Amino acid sequence: MAHRSQLVSMFGELQDKLDGFFQTIKGRGRLNEEDVQAALREVRRILLEADVNFKVAKSFLKKVEERAVGQEVTKSVTPGQQVIKIIHDELVHLLGQTFEPLRRSKDTPTVVMMVGLQGSGKTTSSGKLGMYMTKRGLRPMLAACDLQRPAAVDQLERVGEQVNVPVHAQREHKDPVKTAMAARDEARQKGRDTLIVDTAGRLHIDEALMDELREIKKQLRPSEILFVADGMTGQDAVNSAQAFANQLGVTGVILTKLDGDARGGAALSIREVTGVPIRFAGIGEKLDEFEEFHPNRMADRILGLGDVVSLVEKAQEAVDEKEALKLAQKMQSQQFDLEDFLKQIRQIKKMGPLEGLLKMIPGANKALKNIELDGSELKRTEAIILSMTPEERQKPGIIRGSRRKRIAAGSGMKVQDVNRLLNQFTAMKKMMKKMGGQKKMRGMPKGMIPKNLPFPPS
Amino acid sequence: MNFFKKIKDGLSKTRQSLVGSIREVVGEAKLDEEALEDLEEVLISADLGVETSGQLADRMRKRALREAMTGDDVLKALREELAELIDETKLGGDAYKPRDASEVDGPYVTFVVGVNGTGKTTSIGKLAARYAEAGRKTLIIAADTFRSAAVEQVAIWAERANVELVRGATGADPASVVYDGLEAAKARGIERVLVDTAGRLHTKTNLMAELEKIDRVAKKVIPDAPHDVLLVLDGTTGQNGLAQAKKFRESIGVSALIVTKLDGTAKGGMLVPIVRELNIPVRWIGVGEQIDDLVPFKAELIVDAVFGEEETGFLQGSLEEAAKRAEEAKTDWSDFDAIP
Repeated sequence: MAHRSQLVSMFGELQDKLDGFFQTIKGRGRLNEEDVQAALREVRRILLEADVNFKVAKSFLKKVEERAVGQEVTKSVTPGQQVIKIIHDELVHLLGQTFEPLRRSKDTPTVVMMVGLQGSGKTTSSGKLGMYMTKRGLRPMLAACDLQRPAAVDQLERVGEQVNVPVHAQREHKDPVKTAMAARDEARQKGRDTLIVDTAGRLHIDEALMDELREIKKQLRPSEILFVADGMTGQDAVNSAQAFANQLGVTGVILTKLDGDARGGAALSIREVTGVPIRFAGIGEKLDEFEEFHPNRMADRILGLGDVVSLVEKAQEAVDEKEALKLAQKMQSQQFDLEDFLKQIRQIKKMGPLEGLLKMIPGANKALKNIELDGSELKRTEAIILSMTPEERQKPGIIRGSRRKRIAAGSGMKVQDVNRLLNQFTAMKKMMKKMGGQKKMRGMPKGMIPKNLPFPPS
Repeated sequence: MNFFKKIKDGLSKTRQSLVGSIREVVGEAKLDEEALEDLEEVLISADLGVETSGQLADRMRKRALREAMTGDDVLKALREELAELIDETKLGGDAYKPRDASEVDGPYVTFVVGVNGTGKTTSIGKLAARYAEAGRKTLIIAADTFRSAAVEQVAIWAERANVELVRGATGADPASVVYDGLEAAKARGIERVLVDTAGRLHTKTNLMAELEKIDRVAKKVIPDAPHDVLLVLDGTTGQNGLAQAKKFRESIGVSALIVTKLDGTAKGGMLVPIVRELNIPVRWIGVGEQIDDLVPFKAELIVDAVFGEEETGFLQGSLEEAAKRAEEAKTDWSDFDAIP
């Protein structure tokens, strides 16, 4: 795998564009107002396309402009990189610097209330939060207070079962306030330290709903009211977030459906109008696909930079530095053999599902459109290599007809598959030779990653 | 049913705020560069997207050179320019047209698809109620076997609408549930089948493949099924709506849209790029939680939906015009009961 410095240099489309703007001022020393404004128009487009509210985008760009104009252009980076850094830093700053843990109340149970529009993912997030808390040694309970949507109570009960968190539900009446209060009593009796209250989703202009939520708040005095928002929301995010914030006083945000390809500019809008931190991110349908919100990653995503930081972290987790260095040296010195290839495959596998991994790379989605992403190709490739003798792995050149047949039979594959792998490997070595001369791997998202990965286009 | 009032009530927020904001920025003065920039922002704020908003603003810029425009003229011109951008003549004319119900022998099968939380199940409940009311023997296939209690949810809607239901166990293969459901539909002489599918993000290749499998399996029972594929879009969604529509269309083909949650403050402007670029018509809009809060929408009404308002003389006219067109198209409107 590539090193951190290489990965971080993948600034993608935005940097290319900004570098274009700043080409003329190289060597001039300072970023002047005109240059910065031209660049920021491009950034404005990017923010708006990411669904950042236009007013929020405007005030944001003003801040960036103030910071950028007059800055000295340092020699080590391009002006584009420098402006991106300013923009990125400002975005991270706005999105909230570090993760803030949930507040706890003196009385038990601590009450966390989940509110939001229909379909934003309150029930699923309630379950996920329950699981998250259990993992951290808390003893949560879920309260089924969405008595509006058909089968919402059933859903929360199932979710509770799956994450092994008890659910308080009442079917005899339709009073969410009473249910919430009874849930608190039950939590107390059963020694549960946290109560997560799932509420009905409705539009923010629905007065009856707001009254109901206000009443639950009044009775339960939650220490956190989390606004669950769909990460794909458009310009209207400011209106709904503001309404919930004004009328209920939300204390935090959970942003959901971030496993799609929406750039999630709503995050910035919501953060700006509510003034409260985004606490968690929903990143999949499964109940453990839930994480603490990382402003850094979100900033990259909004700017279309891909989730470079996460990728780097994942790579670092999975890759032994020394091993990686050895591999890199081997690649450059042309001694890379199938044994090394196998090691590489295993490192990639350790980093988790390929589909998720590749999505973090800017541009990779497009480039890899026709490639099988479920990792089964990796498994097959691994099987083929494992059916080779050590000698064959070190000197793939000796693998001729009968050996190919044997390897195919041993791995349960066809001879064509073995041929394909060997051709792929040869092509890869050729490319490494070429890449060896290049110091910077700027074209990586477009070129290197797909070709370098040990699975051919299907 | 007074569908037009429904549209009007439901969309009133869309219209008021958009047209209201346009009036605010345009004022009674001449349309100058500053006003044009503000206008573009208003369009962006309605989720029309950077590209469409920019193009509309450019068209208005050119037009402002030719003719002096203030207030109502600007709105009228905007309406015309948008109509031209969308190219109304092309609407609905494409390969993904739904099959006409009269041509279909046996059950008419509609797939309802979309990403998570857009309102598929609720829309199905409302559609089923409509068919039942029109006297069609209707069956819902509850093929969302993934989300907890999704089957229970649709079962409650089936009961409310008083239609039949075929359900799969949680975790069952949705394609096999659809297979069983369609067999049952044939055996029971069902006229309308609504298939509730699990919510899936359009970027998940494995889930999209699952949808394609459902499609293949359905064809084993009814070779020309599905006759209609409705994509449910959340009206509060931003620019990602286009990506959703694109991917679902590529995967299973989409014949029309249901746009939900338009009774809030969201403007639903992302419909414009979708209609423009993909030429997928809007067929239904969801404007509330009640069983009859799903109203038919004529593809051509999209311009009215974006720029219509009754306060002003011109817009009064446009609304009346829209109403008249809808009235004239009454036979077509009944199609919404005839063809789903």
